[in-house]
Amino acid sequence: MNTVLARIQGSHNTLARSLGLVVFAGAVLFIASEALGAYNELQLANGAYYFAVLAGLTVLTGLSGQISLGHGALMAVGAYTVALLIGNEHWPLVPALLAAVALTTLVGIAVGAAATRLRGPYLAGATLAFAIGLPALADKYTGTFGGENGLVVNPPTPPSWLGANFPLERWEAWIAGLGALVVLFVMNNLVRSGVGRSFRAVRDDEIAASLCGLRVGRVQTLAFVLSAACAGLGGGLLTVVLQLASPGAFQLELSLSLLTAIVLGGLGSLLGAVWGAAVLVLLPSWTNDIAHSFSLSTGVSANMPLAIYGLVLITAMLVWPSGIQGGVRAVVSRVGKRRGPRAKGAAP
Amino acid sequence: MTRFIDLTLNGISTGAVYAVVALALVLTWRATRIVNFAQGGMLMITTFIASSVIGTSGSYWLGFAVALVCGLVLGAVVERALMRRVESGPPLNAVIVALGLLILLQALAGMIWGNTPRSFPPAFSIRGYDVGGTHVLFAPNDTFTVLVVIGVAAGLAALFRGTTIGLKMRAAAFQPEVARMLGVRVGRMFTLGWALAALVGSLAGLLVAPAVFVGPNQFDPILIFGFTAAVLGGLDSPVGAVVGGVALGLVLSYVSGYEGASLVTLAALVILIAVLMIRPGGLFSSTQERRV
Repeated sequence: MNTVLARIQGSHNTLARSLGLVVFAGAVLFIASEALGAYNELQLANGAYYFAVLAGLTVLTGLSGQISLGHGALMAVGAYTVALLIGNEHWPLVPALLAAVALTTLVGIAVGAAATRLRGPYLAGATLAFAIGLPALADKYTGTFGGENGLVVNPPTPPSWLGANFPLERWEAWIAGLGALVVLFVMNNLVRSGVGRSFRAVRDDEIAASLCGLRVGRVQTLAFVLSAACAGLGGGLLTVVLQLASPGAFQLELSLSLLTAIVLGGLGSLLGAVWGAAVLVLLPSWTNDIAHSFSLSTGVSANMPLAIYGLVLITAMLVWPSGIQGGVRAVVSRVGKRRGPRAKGAAP
Repeated sequence: MTRFIDLTLNGISTGAVYAVVALALVLTWRATRIVNFAQGGMLMITTFIASSVIGTSGSYWLGFAVALVCGLVLGAVVERALMRRVESGPPLNAVIVALGLLILLQALAGMIWGNTPRSFPPAFSIRGYDVGGTHVLFAPNDTFTVLVVIGVAAGLAALFRGTTIGLKMRAAAFQPEVARMLGVRVGRMFTLGWALAALVGSLAGLLVAPAVFVGPNQFDPILIFGFTAAVLGGLDSPVGAVVGGVALGLVLSYVSGYEGASLVTLAALVILIAVLMIRPGGLFSSTQERRV
């Protein structure tokens, strides 16, 4: 009886905490979108769909221990689904996004089932081949997927009750932000539930986990499917925000930068995924600004952003081996320790 | 029939290059359990250096030799200065550092040599052999490529099986702690492994440069297919790297010859998945045991 009560209480707490987190994040997003200009609103929208993808990927890699270099391709599946459904079939936005999630879930089941047999670099190789192989389909079936140029969709129209002059960028930021909040809610609940614990158990010791009655293959496939669904949603939101799904956006570089973002942000942590999304959105524009602030020859300044990006990756990994979130946590705990004894001493 | 023979010969010579890159990746994997994605950038730098040396001195073989020496040094420096700090950490951190290095090297090459790809001379003639009045798609330079692959594979096998230093390298990779207790300078063996790998990698750059030209991003496909070949053959097996490379080269050559070049990457995916579903550790995986 006691355990049942504790369980209910525990799950209730997690649910309440997740809801509180989502409300808080939603309020921050709302205030930010009201305060920002059009360019930053677009960045916010970009960050939101990146977060949707990264949250799934960080759970997959950080919690269940599977590496994936193929999530860019999964994003492409979601992006093209939304582009085809909205552009050709004139579906409304929400059903199109749900269809994108459903389709990538199916693809995720296929890829994830294959992935459970593979470990480490072999999984990396297989998913990398997936990332470079899938965009070839867009070339092969040019009639359906628009070839190199991709598919263009009309921008979403803000509802009339928001006023005639409601900026499009803000509406896009709201849509993408809402998608990110849904992912945040689901994932935050999940990582603290039995499912999340089973992911960690499988990551830490497969044999011990299977002795405890967990079906390792199923748990790993589930993790892959969840992250695929997140990637599908993120890809679909990308189409909505950019109004374009083209093969150029889903090259191997995208998959690699997604992996980079979750490690740089802090592997396995949803806050780390927030950092990662911020890095993906802000770093390119910052490195561009830095490169152009020096008066360099064109050959050098054209390559400067890349050079800074490479340097940032290397130094970040050497300085914060557990990512930005790990660094933040270390600072917070050091400050907490310094305060701790004093607080105790002050209260006799 | 002649088309089939041409595609086969073409597949063997491109596959040989994938095999060399795969060998370089296998060497770093065996030494330090790191997949070195920066290999593509390192071999790009050494090939650029070779291009500059050939341009100023006019001697192909001088540039060739300088590139190999630079590869050796670059590999050792990268291991000592960067990878040593992340070798013991989480495996993904090493991957990210390697990716960062790849990006940094590509940017540096663009700054120094410009982003426009430049041509690169072949070691020998690239005019196909004359067989019964027609030129087949196999030139003296391709013979050279194949011979280099065989030579590198045989040399590595001799090194690892037949010499004390090779034995020490295997011991350091297999059981670092025990090897250290037995007096093996484990750190040095890691450095040596990376230096050798970078040497082999720079060889791959020199071999493939006449076909793909030299530019900051020109070697990306070679790295990707080299990695695919290494995974196909099994990352622990040099023989697997060679077999995987040639097999991949052949399949991709047939696919692009008969079905069109756009399907090449899809074919690589299909063959990789097909092999890994049957042998999850690659064709030449020695153990079925899982590392947990």
